[in-house]
Amino acid sequence: MVKLAEWRGKELFRRYGIALPAGKVARSAEEAERAVTSGDVPLPCVVKAQVLAGGRGKGGAVRFASTPAEARAAAEAILALEFKGERVKEVLLEGKVAIARELYVSLALDRSSRVPVLITSGQGGVEIESVADSAIERQPIDPFPGLAAYERRRAARSLGLTGAAAKSLDGLLTSLWTLFDREDAELVEINPLAVVGDGLVALDAKVIIEDDAVFRHPEYAAIQDDRTPLEEIAREKEIAFVQLDGNIGVIANGAGLTMATLDVLKEFGGAPGVFLDLGGTDDAKKVTEAFLLMAEAHPKAVFLNIFGGVTRCDTVAKGLVEAMQQVPPADRFPLVARIRGNNEKEGIEILRAAGISAVPDLKASAQAVVAAAGRSP
Amino acid sequence: MTILVDAQTRVVVQGITGHQGTVHTRGMKEFGTAVVAGVTPGKAGAEVEGVPVFDSVRDAVAATRANASCIFVPAPFAKDALIEAVDAGIRLCVVVTEHIPFHDMLVMYHYAKGKGARIIGPNCPGIASPGKSKVGIIPNVVFRPGRVGVVSRSGTLTYEIVSGIKEHGLGQSTCLGLGGDPVVGTSFVDALPLFEADPETDVLVLVGEIGGTAEEDAAEYIQHHFTKPVVAYIAGHSAPPGKRMGHAGAIISRGKGTAETKVAALEGAGARVARFPYEIPDLVAGLVAERARR
Repeated sequence: MVKLAEWRGKELFRRYGIALPAGKVARSAEEAERAVTSGDVPLPCVVKAQVLAGGRGKGGAVRFASTPAEARAAAEAILALEFKGERVKEVLLEGKVAIARELYVSLALDRSSRVPVLITSGQGGVEIESVADSAIERQPIDPFPGLAAYERRRAARSLGLTGAAAKSLDGLLTSLWTLFDREDAELVEINPLAVVGDGLVALDAKVIIEDDAVFRHPEYAAIQDDRTPLEEIAREKEIAFVQLDGNIGVIANGAGLTMATLDVLKEFGGAPGVFLDLGGTDDAKKVTEAFLLMAEAHPKAVFLNIFGGVTRCDTVAKGLVEAMQQVPPADRFPLVARIRGNNEKEGIEILRAAGISAVPDLKASAQAVVAAAGRSP
Repeated sequence: MTILVDAQTRVVVQGITGHQGTVHTRGMKEFGTAVVAGVTPGKAGAEVEGVPVFDSVRDAVAATRANASCIFVPAPFAKDALIEAVDAGIRLCVVVTEHIPFHDMLVMYHYAKGKGARIIGPNCPGIASPGKSKVGIIPNVVFRPGRVGVVSRSGTLTYEIVSGIKEHGLGQSTCLGLGGDPVVGTSFVDALPLFEADPETDVLVLVGEIGGTAEEDAAEYIQHHFTKPVVAYIAGHSAPPGKRMGHAGAIISRGKGTAETKVAALEGAGARVARFPYEIPDLVAGLVAERARR
């Protein structure tokens, strides 16, 4: 998923006609000061770290300023932060607004009912998880007609909005639905949505774009900048690559089999480190590529668990032996391979001939790799 | 009788001239499936694995009376392919294609439902009844005819489990892979009544994963409407919690979606829950023996 920083989410909001406070992004203390002195951002203002993690208010990543010097100092302090493991590179400065009430509004997918759902609550400005169910209204939306006028009226009623404010909500929800639909969003969330006079102003923006839809929105492909270099290579090769805290590398094919492999390893005291999911395919070339990628992550031992469906196990085994030879001797690691499926016997023979331990039993092979990781220096 | 597919199933493969389409057409034919047509726009008149290729599903249905579709069309075009199949009168569509945007799948699901068609998938291995028919990509080697039903959200893990059941000397009635995407055409709850009604299924193996609430929904259904014994397995119980789709996603599945909630719900509904895949065959064999004694 492509999580957008607040300011990027707000750029989308602006494009879809959702009202925002006057604001500007700054990448240095000087830029922050200029944003205020130029009049782009009125004083007093709020200065917010542009990071993807939540809970910024409590973590010192949101500050207030009444003068240009204060804005500069606030930006300087925030830009020096590392917030929940993320370096702060940008701040968003916004003029403070006179908030009458804080609401919550979002559109998300309800997987069970297979429809988008509009979620609203009169208790905005706090984490929605902490709000009681009775204070949250959920409306399933039929994707074909889309968000209907009566559903928007119902949302206004449940939020206690009438007159001009209800009309503002009607427009806002229409915009939000259009954005959700056209931008292929998984989630659009405004929390808080401030009632300011008769109007509604989005004080925060959380937008997540679905990865699988990025082919329709190439502009999002470039902003995924939170990946490590190895993760980036894996993504290009369409291999799912996840870094955990353990020391055993796991290569498997398919999400379910990968998860089951991790479950079994943990049961026998193993600590999975990197895991690579080759996906539903079992292409021998992909096995080689994944293997070389794994070598760069320097695991203590590697467990390869492949079910050969279409590709034959002997083909996979040949690919594996070849890959092992490409790894420089200094970087080599103990390997336990479990390959099952088509031509399983031939595959195991090839591996054993190359000195790679091949155990067909899942339990025994998991135990073998845990032992190997324990012995490895 | 079997579930959804049988000897009368006549398959049209959409995207037959692509690599996957070709390979799995061969696999389906070797399984014994009547693959009667292929569709790739602009390639009418060609032949793949002895199967005639047509320009459109409508042409294929007119010429071959195809009544099920297997879709391998790349993700950007999968929605159109599905709509084309449904409009041509196909009522069972197995969508193998992965990475279809869920916004597209929402349209596909509601469109098919409105026309009385069923989607299996997307991002799924499909369905197979050993000795009868297979629509999809489940490897032929794992099967042997029998009386154990399998329904799963996984791909390769399903092959692993089905293969384990076979090695234990048992066989399968129908194996149904639902697909791992957030929005699927057929869920556990949709599949359970089919297995309940199937006289060839004695025991059901349900393979779930962490995330979403499909297993909790299934447990609810099993408790009230499913009379056959169930063995369940949930992959991912060692995964760290908190991998969720933002705050709103957590609200929708509030208090559900973890391995613990799924296992508890399934056990509460009377299912035997395996901790690891290799425990499944023994549990199934135990239930089969119990049933035989009654």
